Amino acid sequence: MAFLVPTVASQRQILSGDEAVALAARDAGVHFGTGYPGTPSTEILESFETLGGHAQWAPNEKVALETAIGASFAGARALVTMKHVGLNVAADPLFTVAYTGVRGALVIVSADDPGMASSQNEQDNRRFAVAAGIPMFEPADSQESYDFTLRAIEVSERWQTPVLLRMTTRVCHSKTIVTTPGYAVPPAGPVEFVRDIPSHVMIPAYARPAHRRLRAKLAEMAKWNDAEGPTIVIKGGSDIGIVTSGISFQHVREACPEASVFKPGMTYPLPLEKMRAFAERLDHCLAIEEGDPYLVESARNAGIAIEDKPEAYRFGELSVARVRRIVNGDLSPEPKPLPGKPPALCPGCPHRTVFNVLRHLDCIVSGDIGCYSLGVLPPFEAMDTLVCMGASIGVGLGLRHVLPPEQARRVVSVIGDSTFVHSGLTGLAEMVYNPPPGGHVLLILDNGTTAMTGMQEHPGTGRTLDHHKTGKLVFEDLARAMGIRNVHVMDPTLDPDAFEALVKSCLDSGELCVVIARRDCLLATASIRQYEKCNAQQSN
Amino acid sequence: MHSKVTNVVVAGLGGQGVLKASDIIADVAFGAGLDVKKSEVHGMSQRGGSVASDVRFGKLVFSPMVPEGEADYLLVLEETQVEVNRAMLKPGGVLIDPSALHGHKLRSDKSINVALLGALSRCLEFPEQAWIEAILAHLAPKLHALNRESFQIGRSEWPC
Repeated sequence: MAFLVPTVASQRQILSGDEAVALAARDAGVHFGTGYPGTPSTEILESFETLGGHAQWAPNEKVALETAIGASFAGARALVTMKHVGLNVAADPLFTVAYTGVRGALVIVSADDPGMASSQNEQDNRRFAVAAGIPMFEPADSQESYDFTLRAIEVSERWQTPVLLRMTTRVCHSKTIVTTPGYAVPPAGPVEFVRDIPSHVMIPAYARPAHRRLRAKLAEMAKWNDAEGPTIVIKGGSDIGIVTSGISFQHVREACPEASVFKPGMTYPLPLEKMRAFAERLDHCLAIEEGDPYLVESARNAGIAIEDKPEAYRFGELSVARVRRIVNGDLSPEPKPLPGKPPALCPGCPHRTVFNVLRHLDCIVSGDIGCYSLGVLPPFEAMDTLVCMGASIGVGLGLRHVLPPEQARRVVSVIGDSTFVHSGLTGLAEMVYNPPPGGHVLLILDNGTTAMTGMQEHPGTGRTLDHHKTGKLVFEDLARAMGIRNVHVMDPTLDPDAFEALVKSCLDSGELCVVIARRDCLLATASIRQYEKCNAQQSN
Repeated sequence: MHSKVTNVVVAGLGGQGVLKASDIIADVAFGAGLDVKKSEVHGMSQRGGSVASDVRFGKLVFSPMVPEGEADYLLVLEETQVEVNRAMLKPGGVLIDPSALHGHKLRSDKSINVALLGALSRCLEFPEQAWIEAILAHLAPKLHALNRESFQIGRSEWPC
């Protein structure tokens, strides 16, 4: 079925970057949207679903990307969304889908979080585009989020390559004006199976030529980007030129209204010849970019002379004030904002009971990613490690294996329900396969939702993204089936003393134990009741 | 050019309706045909911590974030958050906080965001009807009467 941008009168809306990506996906007839919730990317799939698109949550980003690859191999247009650290999880298929290429468009959104508003690191995923050999677009506002999603779909199908749409917190969550319809995307091709073994089966014999094809495509795309890519060049004064991308462009325009500015929209492969021509007519060029010196290094590798921002500005988000400081060479200490009130576990949150118990038992807590990460803050201070999604189990086991016995027996791994499905299952397999000599205790905090990112469903809730009934993973059955003999389920809030006694007896047992602390998130309880009621009525 | 941009910062605690208030301001400016940008950091904010949201409007707006010391108006929904955010105000900028209601009781504390929008509405040149329409569009019908009332309290208590 052919989808074109509808020829309707122009419409003006105020949208977040996330909503703009969803709207573009809808307008371009994207058949299949998937991803794993993660701030600041979560709203893309939710909006896409609201607009009538087919959207689903995957257990994790790797599975999301793999299902999207399958859809794309079949000729469908696919959108995959995740936060920056999610792309680490999806990195395995990512690097090889660059070799296989795609049939239907495959757009992968990486929502980076410079400044770590809600993340464990501030990695700069522009590096992934280079490392995997995947073209990348970087929008600077919601209009570009809309336009570049359409562009990405076109580029993806023209060169049969996955495309990375690299966004950042400020672009995802800021609301700015979007005028549609935008750029007209060619219609999608047919969705049908077409056998193409040398392209889609990456055994070494087929992967070797595939790698050469990939490099040839990238060379072609670089030429296209130089000639026709969505680069903004602002001709200002001839003394200083600024090379920038993404949200930094907006800060630069405000802080330096007179400067010449070069802003590529497609930032891999970069339009380097165009950048060279820009730089040559200026006295000196300065790169202003959030995070890593990616534009700087790319320019210098191409022999373009460019100055880097001082190292102090590599950390955190940029702003108009910080751009002014960079341009003025101001290295004086930056003013620190007054500390506000930190976030905390909600009053009455069931996690509160759990962390009180863990603190009381003086546990060594190997923690994980979710609301319950807040267990690290006062008054609980009951979390000793937090690395990445699912790490609570592996890290806890590692501690158990090597610590002296009197310390090892205090170690508990604590993981949430959504995170357990995301990447706890393989940790549990490790626990069964390589049990520490003193056993181990895994605590699954099952509050019936992906609370931290705003109450998304997951395979353990038994409801789909749009809250309809579907297959459900039952953690206690799963743990038993995987070989854990001591599996306990308890609502910690009903009788906190009984819960403490249970955790203590597990710690003392020296065996492998899984305790599921099950109590719905307070903020989700009413909605969960409503969804269950609707689903029960529908199945009657 | 950018001197014509109006900067509003709305601040408070998670759950107070900071983001709803800034959405309403953005909608009113958008409806007037202006360029508008609105920005905040979501995520952890839902857990009761400090929240601030920036709205900027004018002929042409670049950065979505209000630079420190450049806010024309600072709306603070909770007294404890005033000092934390005061540095956002430009010299001579206007602070609108719960004291603007002069002790006037609202039927529900939850409508403090709309009450302070009532005060802000006196400072900006958008028609009163545009404010009311934007506010009602963001609220469930059962909250309409209460919030109309809170808006009028804020509006009448603001000295002009």
